[in-house]
Amino acid sequence: MSQLARVSWALARRALRNLLRRPQFLAPLVIFPSLLLAVNVGGLHRTTELGGFPEVNGFLDFQLAAALTQSLLLGGISQGIAAALEIEGGFFDRLAAAPIPRVAIVIGRLIAAAAVSVAQVAFFLILGLVFGAEIAGGAWGVVVTVAIGAVAGVAFAALGVALALRAGSAATLQGIFPLIFVILFLSSAFFPQELLESPIDTIAAYNPLSYIADGMRGPIIDSVQAGPVLEGLAAGGGLALVAMVLAVLALRGKLRDA
Amino acid sequence: MAAIEVVGLERAFGSRGGAVKAVDGIDLAVEPGEVYGFLGPNGAGKTTTVRMLVTLLRPTGGHASVAGFDVADQASEVRKRIGVALQEAALDMLMTGKELMELQATLHGIAPGRVRGRAQELIERVGLIQAQDRRVGTYSGGMRRRLDLAMALIHEPEVLFLDEPTTGLDPVSRVTLWDEVRRLKGEGTTVFLTTQYLEEADQLADRVGIISAGKIVAEGTPAVLKAEVGLPHLDITLAGGHEDLERARSVLARFGGDRPPSEGCDLSVTVEHGAADIAQVVRSLDEAGFLVESLELSAPSLDDVFIAKTGRHLEGAEDGAAPGEPEIAS
Repeated sequence: MSQLARVSWALARRALRNLLRRPQFLAPLVIFPSLLLAVNVGGLHRTTELGGFPEVNGFLDFQLAAALTQSLLLGGISQGIAAALEIEGGFFDRLAAAPIPRVAIVIGRLIAAAAVSVAQVAFFLILGLVFGAEIAGGAWGVVVTVAIGAVAGVAFAALGVALALRAGSAATLQGIFPLIFVILFLSSAFFPQELLESPIDTIAAYNPLSYIADGMRGPIIDSVQAGPVLEGLAAGGGLALVAMVLAVLALRGKLRDA
Repeated sequence: MAAIEVVGLERAFGSRGGAVKAVDGIDLAVEPGEVYGFLGPNGAGKTTTVRMLVTLLRPTGGHASVAGFDVADQASEVRKRIGVALQEAALDMLMTGKELMELQATLHGIAPGRVRGRAQELIERVGLIQAQDRRVGTYSGGMRRRLDLAMALIHEPEVLFLDEPTTGLDPVSRVTLWDEVRRLKGEGTTVFLTTQYLEEADQLADRVGIISAGKIVAEGTPAVLKAEVGLPHLDITLAGGHEDLERARSVLARFGGDRPPSEGCDLSVTVEHGAADIAQVVRSLDEAGFLVESLELSAPSLDDVFIAKTGRHLEGAEDGAAPGEPEIAS
């Protein structure tokens, strides 16, 4: 194993272990989206009767993707806050003073983010199944949803890490929390794009979160179809690529300006 | 070849118009195996200098090499050869001591088969075997510093940087850490030690550089630096009356310069050979009929050197100690 792979893996394991040791970081990833899911499904379940709403087994099936997207976004913020705390506490300096490929600092955290994202998707799919949802796409549908979720989780974590490296403070990352919700509501995560009013429908059409949510939703409410899946993977992958470049540039800037 | 060589090193912060030089053109050289004490008050530029030498901060002027490699252009080579224990022990409070040691070993490229053994070796060396499976957040300040030091030694560095390693520690923890630094010196490790405590520099350093406002104002062995500002003197209080002090002064004239007596004593005399002159002084006074009630030898301190060079006291100079925290978690 190369030094890059070895160090990245060691840092990923550390990030995962620390997340499990910080229940206050882990709990919001499942509690908030679960609560919103319960409120939406309980209060808005007749939305499925609206004209233009896709054919679904139930509103819970439709809303699972919204909860997943919200949870993955919170996961990204959580990874960003963890990175910022590392800077504030000086552990980042320890890594920077070690003879390691510097990019391993970012890669390690993103590997951890991918693993956490898989667990988040698994949690919400199981939660949905327990409360009566069906996964129309079957086992392949699960695999595809997990794959899009993992890619999206990495993208959001990379954005979180980029922000942490630029800002260097956990408080800044926490301040972004409300903005995340605004961006999420400006997508088709909660309601079909066809039912959104102008100009939100136009914004949703350009919002990558729409394609990520619809990509994960497709295999849950219908069979696995190439269109939404590929769009979801492309949106998540594209966002991940851009965010990773931003994170690496932020890392270089941080190390240069230190 | 010097282990550390610094020529005209500068670091400015802020924009060009309002730039502030935290380090302003310092020169120094540390020989292999030497313990170099870098002494100065808070904000003098000690930590900025260390951060440049350990490649965490790029110099804005001059150049520096560590273990023969330039800190700016050959930073990765420098990192392989240095151990760093930064101020405030930058540890992960959620990890156990053992986990941190093993992570540090991986970061420093120690072969996977050797990671566990090497980590155990160092944990044992700093006396943390009992606490190794506990999270670092439960460690006392002294234990964290010892762990930090052990982590800095994981790859047997050529040059070890210790940035204020005992700041905030209780006296017992401090002495334990000093013993470890002495042991490292005995093993031939070059140590660059920043401190704001005079006693620490005096106890550990072969040579001391005193930094103030980003400039090195004095450098040399503690003994030479102290000798530069004056000789030791003896403050004497005589038993009984003080009527014949002039005669007492004349008795002591052969030892060296007469000084104005310090507060609360009758006589003050410079003693060229320090403690070695005490017996002779007492004997001379006794032979002349004077009975000594008390005497106190005062030697110039590094604080006197600092005052002589900068016109002000060094923080922590009064007792050489910092307010400590009790060692409660063992």
